[in-house]
Amino acid sequence: MDLYEYQGKELLRQFDIETLEGIVAASPEEARAAAEQLGGPVAIKAQVLTGGRGKAGGIKVVQEPEDVEEAARQILGMEIRDHTVRQVLIEAGAEISSEMYLSILVDRAEKKPLILFSTEGGVDIEEVAETNPESIVRIYIDPLLGLLPYQVRELVFDAGLEGDVAKGVGQVLNNLYRAFTESDASLVEINPLVATEDGRVLALDAKVTIDNSSLFRHSDIGEMHDVEAADPGEQRAQEAGLQYVKLDGDVGILGNGAGLVMSTLDVVAQAGGDPANFLDVGGGADAEKISEALDIVASNQQVKSVLFNIFGGITRGDEVARGLLSALEQSEIDLPIVVRLDGTNAEEGREILAENTPENVHTEETMLDAARKAVELAQNGSR
Amino acid sequence: MAILVDNETRLVVQGITGREGRFHTGRMVESGTNVVAGVTPGKGGQEYESVPVFNTMEEAIEETGANASVIFVPAAFCADAIFESLDFDISTVCCITEGVPVHDMMKVATYLRVKDATLIGPNCPGVLSPGKANASIMPNSIFTPGNVGVVSRSGTLTYQIVNELTQRDIGQSTAVGIGGDPIIGTDFIEILQQFEADPETECVVMIGEIGGNAEQNAAEYVQSEMTKPVVAYIAGFTAPEGKTMGHAGAIVSGGDSTAEAKSEALQRAGIRAATNPSEVAELVAETLDEGS
Repeated sequence: MDLYEYQGKELLRQFDIETLEGIVAASPEEARAAAEQLGGPVAIKAQVLTGGRGKAGGIKVVQEPEDVEEAARQILGMEIRDHTVRQVLIEAGAEISSEMYLSILVDRAEKKPLILFSTEGGVDIEEVAETNPESIVRIYIDPLLGLLPYQVRELVFDAGLEGDVAKGVGQVLNNLYRAFTESDASLVEINPLVATEDGRVLALDAKVTIDNSSLFRHSDIGEMHDVEAADPGEQRAQEAGLQYVKLDGDVGILGNGAGLVMSTLDVVAQAGGDPANFLDVGGGADAEKISEALDIVASNQQVKSVLFNIFGGITRGDEVARGLLSALEQSEIDLPIVVRLDGTNAEEGREILAENTPENVHTEETMLDAARKAVELAQNGSR
Repeated sequence: MAILVDNETRLVVQGITGREGRFHTGRMVESGTNVVAGVTPGKGGQEYESVPVFNTMEEAIEETGANASVIFVPAAFCADAIFESLDFDISTVCCITEGVPVHDMMKVATYLRVKDATLIGPNCPGVLSPGKANASIMPNSIFTPGNVGVVSRSGTLTYQIVNELTQRDIGQSTAVGIGGDPIIGTDFIEILQQFEADPETECVVMIGEIGGNAEQNAAEYVQSEMTKPVVAYIAGFTAPEGKTMGHAGAIVSGGDSTAEAKSEALQRAGIRAATNPSEVAELVAETLDEGS
């Protein structure tokens, strides 16, 4: 789960990391009121769960409160990488003397937290890794021991920091590691981390991703989830306990098991089609769940045909077929549906389907044939 | 032979009294596995599917000589259950449960480095050696004993491929589902090493997907260290960046994590890669023909 910048900063402040004073606004009027309250020049920053907002014009610095309304009007409603800006963060200014980069992330290969620090802040770390790799300090942490004092010293000395900045960065690092572990984050990134003219070190931006699997022990963070920003289908699927990802194509896809569904998407693409979504219905043959899954897939108006790819394992093919038939009765989908059933008792399952299915349901034996059929139906279909 | 679980396996089920634990215990017993004990704190002294239940792993091992475990306990308590297994010297631990927090798994993975044990999963279907032992939730009926080792990050995709192998009369030595999470106990390489050393395994099928770079590391290992042929398949070419595709670990987050990058690494290493699941069985059949 990704947090908005203002939410990430709230979290950082809970762990004693200093940020600039800021107020969230959802309208130009609110933005102006916020600027007047803060006083002086302010930054108006688009709140979106994606990168690249600076380049897209989603950040403006304004000297006078009367100019804030116009700037906020330009940013609110803006589309940045398919994300609509619905809120802006109005933030007070600061006298900055240097910009740095600091992040802690879960390194999958090493299976440990990794700290990245660079004296080059304000640009993408991937860019710094290419142009000036020597400026990046990397430190792996033993998760059973935690961040050790010598590791903090090592980072500060390796980066060539001195005086107040060295002390300030060390403090931020200790606090950020606490934030990372105690919030079950998979990423906390401060870019830029700035040193001010008066010797403070503070987070000018915050990118925080929380491990979804940990939300059972962080109900406060779970509540930060922005329901309105999610795709309605994805939201509905989440509530039904289904894994759904909306894509841009016209062949709706569902199946049992994440790997099998991913593979089905690939095979549809190889057959010349465009997958409209990913949907994993999980194990079992619960008719209600399958019916809800079919409805979610069909609620995407771009979908012209549906491919249901099932492997009967412990749930046998004949049980799956009966579940599917009862699901089809419950839902009122008239789109062409291609069913491909394989695995335990697949033949019995196919026979049950062949005898009882409505006209819009086609059965195929192999994944490739099913994909070709679904693509063909999508290309000839309309809605 | 086979790897990880075999005729010598004495299995203990952690979380045997839950719905999943009980259901799959029945299936594992049915498929001939020597399930010697179950553990659920507070339910000691009971019996489930004719298997005696103990309160602690220490007691279960003392009483029954269990040497492998399969875990069905809820995600919040999984790390604890794994530590308990490791501390009483269980050599193969399979954690089936999905949704174990990543920070818990980082601690488990670090502890594993000082232990002489193998953790499979979490978020995995487990391990099955056809005709010998089943420490998994995999459908036993689609397997048949033979000489192909299977290692995979996915469940149903593995079943699909195993089923096609079986239909071609190509049997399996052991199938290992290593799990779909970002941090898992055992990666491809460690399983490939075991298959390479297993006299019964002649050929290995490796099934990967988007996310991380375990497939690239495995490709390098196959090229430099393995004498047995490997057939690979990667899922997720159509996955968009930044979206979790069902498995918590199946997410494209730049560069190495894409299916293209993995596929290229396989090609560079000279590994045969199938473009769809059915082709895997075809390539395995060809490979075995060439070898004989």
